[in-house]
Amino acid sequence: MSDPKDFVAGIDSDQRRSPTRVVFVTRRTSAQVKVAQEDQVQTFPEVLFRAALAIELLAISLVLFSLRFNAPLEGIADPTHTPNPAKAPWYFLGLQELLHYFPPVVAGVLVPTLLIIALIVIPYFNINIEANGLFLKDRTKRLRLFYLAALGMLVFLLAFHVYVAVAPTVLVALAMIVAAYSSPDSPSRFRRYLALKPLAYWIMTWFLFELIVLTAVGTWFRGPGWSWVLPWRS
Amino acid sequence: MPLNAEQIVDKVRGSRVWRSVFRSGTGSSTLHRALAIQQNIFLHLFATKVRKRMVRFSATWYLGTMTLGTFLILVITGILLMLYYHPSVPQAYADMKDLQFVVSSGLFLRNLHRWSAQLMVFLVFAHMFKVFYRGAYRTPREFNWVIGVITLLLSYTGYLLPWDQLAFWAITVGSNLSSSVPLVGSKIHFLLLGGNQVNANALLRFYVLHCVVLPLAAILFIAIHFWRIRKDGGLYVQQSEPKAQAAPDTALTAKEVK
Repeated sequence: MSDPKDFVAGIDSDQRRSPTRVVFVTRRTSAQVKVAQEDQVQTFPEVLFRAALAIELLAISLVLFSLRFNAPLEGIADPTHTPNPAKAPWYFLGLQELLHYFPPVVAGVLVPTLLIIALIVIPYFNINIEANGLFLKDRTKRLRLFYLAALGMLVFLLAFHVYVAVAPTVLVALAMIVAAYSSPDSPSRFRRYLALKPLAYWIMTWFLFELIVLTAVGTWFRGPGWSWVLPWRS
Repeated sequence: MPLNAEQIVDKVRGSRVWRSVFRSGTGSSTLHRALAIQQNIFLHLFATKVRKRMVRFSATWYLGTMTLGTFLILVITGILLMLYYHPSVPQAYADMKDLQFVVSSGLFLRNLHRWSAQLMVFLVFAHMFKVFYRGAYRTPREFNWVIGVITLLLSYTGYLLPWDQLAFWAITVGSNLSSSVPLVGSKIHFLLLGGNQVNANALLRFYVLHCVVLPLAAILFIAIHFWRIRKDGGLYVQQSEPKAQAAPDTALTAKEVK
């Protein structure tokens, strides 16, 4: 008879560390598989009909808009006459706004490259897959790191006179502080929501706010020589 | 006995000619409806069934669908615009004026193309953020968002084609950024424009990219994008989202069976 202790039965639920898991069914319980009961609809006709309806409504609105508003057309291209200001397409105006503060190699190359790399790598980090609330673990340490990062970013923005980017940064930082002092069991729905948000959420939200603010400023608030103008005062 | 409209449709769809073209025949059973998707080269990119809760407006806001809608409008109006456009200097600008004053509905055609393009860029951004906030970038969907980059390139190359001051200087500002890339910046700039500044060569290059290369790439990647949704197990479902009620679905099936 062999020694009953020639193996060790470990309990581990982390499938990345131990891909093979053995279940010991103790006592007289049967293994139960949880099947998610999920209603489905047929793509044809229901989903296709809805998609067609969405596209129809979109097309109708675009036709009405195009009947009402004309696409801009200025004088013929003239390389000898530079308009002031010369603006890129609107979706690049956030970058052009940055170009106002930083040298081209930073605003035109470094920032977009880092952005694209950041967007690519987000799904490959487990921290984003697990998506736990940022301040739920190692709270003191993470809070200290957060204050350091937020302060560093603010000093950086002020040092380079990027005042327009300060407001979104402060807004997101304030929301993060509220999140840090909220518990997932909070009676307030909003604070529960904030407390559960992971790091990727905060970075993306900050990026979204900055994108909107910088693009809006570049589009409407910049005049000759990239000076500050108010769109409602011509 | 005269046939009603439904019977006529059934008869046509059941005919030998129809079936030789479309493979799937008539019928409204679950099998036939599944076959209508599966047996069609375009529709088979999609799954035959979709989770009921993902069909709701709140799940996706239909942003992806509407992006496809703008793309379809852009292809149609783009082909029509190509009939009136010469990618040469200064004829390109004259063609814009012709579209405005000579061609019937030319101005409307250009408006529709331009506004749809702007909306498509906006929808792609919105779609990306919506997908992110749903957490739908998780394995195995990590790579599906990349297609959005092509949209930006499509829009950017189209921006030059009217050859007006707006187009010329927007592309000058944009392409100047490429020359600030370390070491190879000026080479990239030259390659992009076919010269050291925006000129007739740049117009031709942007035209070819805009009308041939990028649309083909877009169509290819859109197909992969849809196919990936099916292969990756349908639209991503958030665990926290409530499931659809079972009762209305069974009632509908019972009614359909008759």
